[in-house]
Amino acid sequence: MQLAINIAVLASIYALISCGYVLIYRVSRVLNLAHGELMMLGAYGLYATASLFSGHPLLAVGVAGLLALTVGGSVYVLLMRRMTGEAVLSAVLATIALGILLRGAMVLTWTAQEQHPLEALGFSSSSLSLGDAKLSTVGLVLILTTVTVYAGLYVFLRYTSWGIRMRAAGQNPLLAAQRGIGLHGIYALAWGLSTFTGGLAGMLIACDGALDQTMVVIGLKAFPAALVGGLDSLLGALAGALIIATAEVLLIYYVNPLLSDVVPFLVLLAMLIVRPWGLFGTKEELDRV
Amino acid sequence: MSTPRASGYFRTSYERDIALLDTRTQKAALAALALLLLGFPLLDTPFLLDLANQVLLAVVGAVALMLLTGFAGQVSLGHAGLLAAGAFTTGVLFKEVGAPFWVTLPASALTGAILGVVFGLPSLRLRGLYLAVSTLALHFIVIYAGNEYESQRGYSTGVVIDPPGIGDWVLSDARGWYVVLLACAASAVLFALNLLRSNTGRAWRAVHGREAVAEALGINVPAYKVLAFVISSTMTSVAGCLFAYYRGFVSAEAFSLFLTIQYVAMIIIGGMGSILGAVLGAVFVTLFPYLIEWMMNVLPVPQSWANSVFAVNYTAFGLVMILFLLFEPQGLVGIWHRMQNYFLLWPFRHRPVSGSQ
Repeated sequence: MQLAINIAVLASIYALISCGYVLIYRVSRVLNLAHGELMMLGAYGLYATASLFSGHPLLAVGVAGLLALTVGGSVYVLLMRRMTGEAVLSAVLATIALGILLRGAMVLTWTAQEQHPLEALGFSSSSLSLGDAKLSTVGLVLILTTVTVYAGLYVFLRYTSWGIRMRAAGQNPLLAAQRGIGLHGIYALAWGLSTFTGGLAGMLIACDGALDQTMVVIGLKAFPAALVGGLDSLLGALAGALIIATAEVLLIYYVNPLLSDVVPFLVLLAMLIVRPWGLFGTKEELDRV
Repeated sequence: MSTPRASGYFRTSYERDIALLDTRTQKAALAALALLLLGFPLLDTPFLLDLANQVLLAVVGAVALMLLTGFAGQVSLGHAGLLAAGAFTTGVLFKEVGAPFWVTLPASALTGAILGVVFGLPSLRLRGLYLAVSTLALHFIVIYAGNEYESQRGYSTGVVIDPPGIGDWVLSDARGWYVVLLACAASAVLFALNLLRSNTGRAWRAVHGREAVAEALGINVPAYKVLAFVISSTMTSVAGCLFAYYRGFVSAEAFSLFLTIQYVAMIIIGGMGSILGAVLGAVFVTLFPYLIEWMMNVLPVPQSWANSVFAVNYTAFGLVMILFLLFEPQGLVGIWHRMQNYFLLWPFRHRPVSGSQ
């Protein structure tokens, strides 16, 4: 039972993070390797707003979310916009460089010490007991948030005009632009949304435990989840997160805790050998003469 | 090769065309450079010698990565994993059987070659982004194996290695290391240059250009791809072995993802598709943290910054990498060629449009 709960919590963490990878990849074919850092920035944003608006936790969370959205959008406008049209590798390297920059800047701003945003918000961690198993309140919120975010993204991409434009831009940028869709706006929105969901994940993880540099590793480990499911499929991200989380929790429990960091990548490698485009991804065109 | 020249320089035979040095000025410049490099250890500052040694070690790794990524066009994010593989082969052999360096060095090379095949196999099915990701995954697996060895054998802080030696002569002083590493780096560069002007190098460039066309030209694309990985990772692994001996210490923590990024940054900042670029990039990236530290001592910076030098380093390094990617995709080599062109063409600004002569 405890194992099942652990799997559920870890899977929702991975799912919440990996939908950010998927959103950006699906819309602009860029793999954002700075996602872990952006996620951590979201968490630090919450820490900052929590001490700014002490006593108004909802306001603090709202402002932090808005901040993450803005940060994501401005990353696109200031940096990634200039990388459009460059080789895929350059864009990925730009995100890696951004990640290093952010990591350094965050340590300079908030020091490398552990922070506890949950206490700053004025709550203390508690847990619910379900039978003989335990689930922390934040864990429950995490699962609910993931469900809400995925439902929200589904509705957004399926039924709203912006969502449809976003899908169009992902499918065929040239045609989309011809139909009068402002690609830069769409891309900026995708970056904003991705950072927002990543930031949410960062905030919740920081509330569940503590906030320090190790969060980047979680961000990196979520990325195999996105790839296993298929980099351009949200449903895939959900399935991938579940697979990776199950494998990780079971192997840690039954084999060796040291495996924690490597399991997602083992699964990823197996997937890349068997089915590189992932469970639900679309098979990408190979180049032909 | 494609260095700018003041006047037309016509090659009349194939041998002349592929010659590494073709003018007297180039030969003189090379001789001067060699003298300068050989004379460097006369400066008796251990700090400078240590810096030079680090640069030379980085040159070997950067040239290996440049062969793979810059010429064969295969992206790899597993470079630190390969360095770690070489270093750990050395460390494990030394600890378990007390092997001397003339056993560990070939063993590291062999490990590198085998890992090269393993890293290279995904390249037959995957390309671009997915290939980068699969090498990244392999990096984590190699590091995990290293960590596992450390914790199983109780070397939780790392494996200590004695300096290498032949008979009574032990290589432990910085000056000796400088000579050895200079020889290694020079032979790596020479090896790469020779490889690039042979069949292999041309095949790699064709594969880089467009695989389907290379295939149509009769190039065995899968074989050359795997060969690129094997050669690159063998060189990297040997660099890892040297690194282990130079430091006298192997620990999985030294081979983080950041090290991979540093090597990738070397070839980006240096300039893709150029061995000179790899060398320049290695010099730049290795010296960069020291430059930052020096600047922090000279410039007035907040006290809190001085306590977290590594964070300042990260920030500055990320910033420099972004600036290069945005404004100078040709890297340092691009700047160097522009400078050469400026003086060669002076007082004119541009080369004549081709065909107008």
